[in-house]
Amino acid sequence: MNRDPVLTLEGLSVTYDVDPPVEAVRDVSLTVGRGEVLGLAGESGCGKSTLAYAVQRLLKPPAEITGGRVVLHGAGDDGARGSDVELTTLPAAEMDRLRWDQIAMVFQGAMNSLNPVLTIGAQLADVFARHRPSMRRAERTARCGELLDMVGVGAERLKSFPHELSGGMRQRVMIAMALALRPRLLIMDEPTTALDVLVQREILQEISALRQELGFSVVFITHDLPLLLEISDRIAVMKAGQVVEISAASDLYHDPQHEYTKRLLGSFPSLTGERGDFVRKGAHV
Amino acid sequence: MTTLELRGLTKRYRVRGSGHMLALDDVDLSITSGRTVALVGQSGSGKSTIAKIITQLERESSGQVLLDGTPIPRRGAGLRKYRQQVRMVFQDPFASLNPYHTVRHHIARPLLLDHVVPRDDVEAEVGRLLEKVRLDPDLAARRPHELSGGQRQRVAIARALASRPALLVADEPVSMLDVSIRLGVLNLLADLQEADGLGVLYITHDLATARHFSDEIVVLHRGVVVERGPADDVILDPQHEYTRALRDASPDPERHFGGGAPVSTSGVRPTPETNGVPSTPEKKERRS
Repeated sequence: MNRDPVLTLEGLSVTYDVDPPVEAVRDVSLTVGRGEVLGLAGESGCGKSTLAYAVQRLLKPPAEITGGRVVLHGAGDDGARGSDVELTTLPAAEMDRLRWDQIAMVFQGAMNSLNPVLTIGAQLADVFARHRPSMRRAERTARCGELLDMVGVGAERLKSFPHELSGGMRQRVMIAMALALRPRLLIMDEPTTALDVLVQREILQEISALRQELGFSVVFITHDLPLLLEISDRIAVMKAGQVVEISAASDLYHDPQHEYTKRLLGSFPSLTGERGDFVRKGAHV
Repeated sequence: MTTLELRGLTKRYRVRGSGHMLALDDVDLSITSGRTVALVGQSGSGKSTIAKIITQLERESSGQVLLDGTPIPRRGAGLRKYRQQVRMVFQDPFASLNPYHTVRHHIARPLLLDHVVPRDDVEAEVGRLLEKVRLDPDLAARRPHELSGGQRQRVAIARALASRPALLVADEPVSMLDVSIRLGVLNLLADLQEADGLGVLYITHDLATARHFSDEIVVLHRGVVVERGPADDVILDPQHEYTRALRDASPDPERHFGGGAPVSTSGVRPTPETNGVPSTPEKKERRS
């Protein structure tokens, strides 16, 4: 399956400059194809969030990129088939312009990252005020309404405050915000972890439908490997800062190569299949 | 043999402006030594309200909580004695341990308060409890921040076991832990249950572990029990549409990849659908 790449990471390394220094991301190389869903699996502390922040150039000291490149393809100013842009060396002002416009992110715990004292309409409008300064207020409001309709929250909620919405609805607002400028790549860091399975499923279906409609690529970060197996084209498994295995979802499931991948797969008891490691000795009815 | 029974349990919360919210509606449930009952349902279904009423952190609006047929005490020494019998393990091991205190303090406290062992034997009992949850007794001198999430939850389990309870209420005991150590903690609970004949109420939204870790599953939807039965039956052949919706929403690579053999299992597998699954006589006890 060869797709035009949207994003390429070449030997990316990130170090937390503490004593002793921690190499949180070590020599990671991968590509995200156009329209692809790339799953990034790993447990806490494996470096998956650090990786996402590095791509967005959102790392704060003591974290810093110590090696490698991040290239966003076709992001230059010269039209739809733009040139490649190396994000790692881009001046900060340029990066500020590209961020959210080309690569947007839904953060971990996003549903709690809305400002409690502003209406969601005002928070959505911020995106346009910042990135589309020439847009008129009436148009901004109209666009924000459309976005809320698009993610199934409804334009009538523009004047609602975050606490008036359920967790699932707040998460949809965050997705609407990330998609506001029609980015080509959406990075989602544990976007559904705090939600229950029914709401999670609704939101996944929503993302899938939006992806069909808008054609963006997704990097989906989670520890929930069964979930990734269902929604991803390819999956990268991270451990201790390194990608230990990357392959098509079905290959990873049927024929995992790395010991750690096997261990992760074995950590999830099967819902409907044979009883695995979880069988208790003789205690079952 | 100890049995905790909830009969017709109803809980109304007063809501400002709009009267009442019915959190639990006529719930019957029983937990017996040596068995695990899983209580599943989505956020807001009333799972934690049941846990709070069992531990009497909340009062029920109507209905009864019976321990071996006797209504449980509401206050004083009687309630304390009841709470020795029925202990709770909370969801978040990062929040349920006091950062100022050592592991020893956490486990010794119930031992001293409930006079479980003579004062001179407390130290040895702390060590024994740590070994029981498969932690190095040397960890007793550590403070919570020096432990991993899995170690902290083991300390919380050791603390719950200190008063030698008959029943354990575990409210999402592994959902905050890393996936590769969840299995270890659940297996630990299963082993302890078997060794001590403990009764466990396992509260979770994860149907897969509910199926593998419990004998019976009770499905709660908006405060109402919509289905109950042997764990395999409820998951593989759900009768109520809500149970079906929950199951279908849960990630299941096996169903997704349609019969591909998963790693680390072998032999005959039931098909992803429900055919080929033997039904049991208990099934007729299920209600919808």
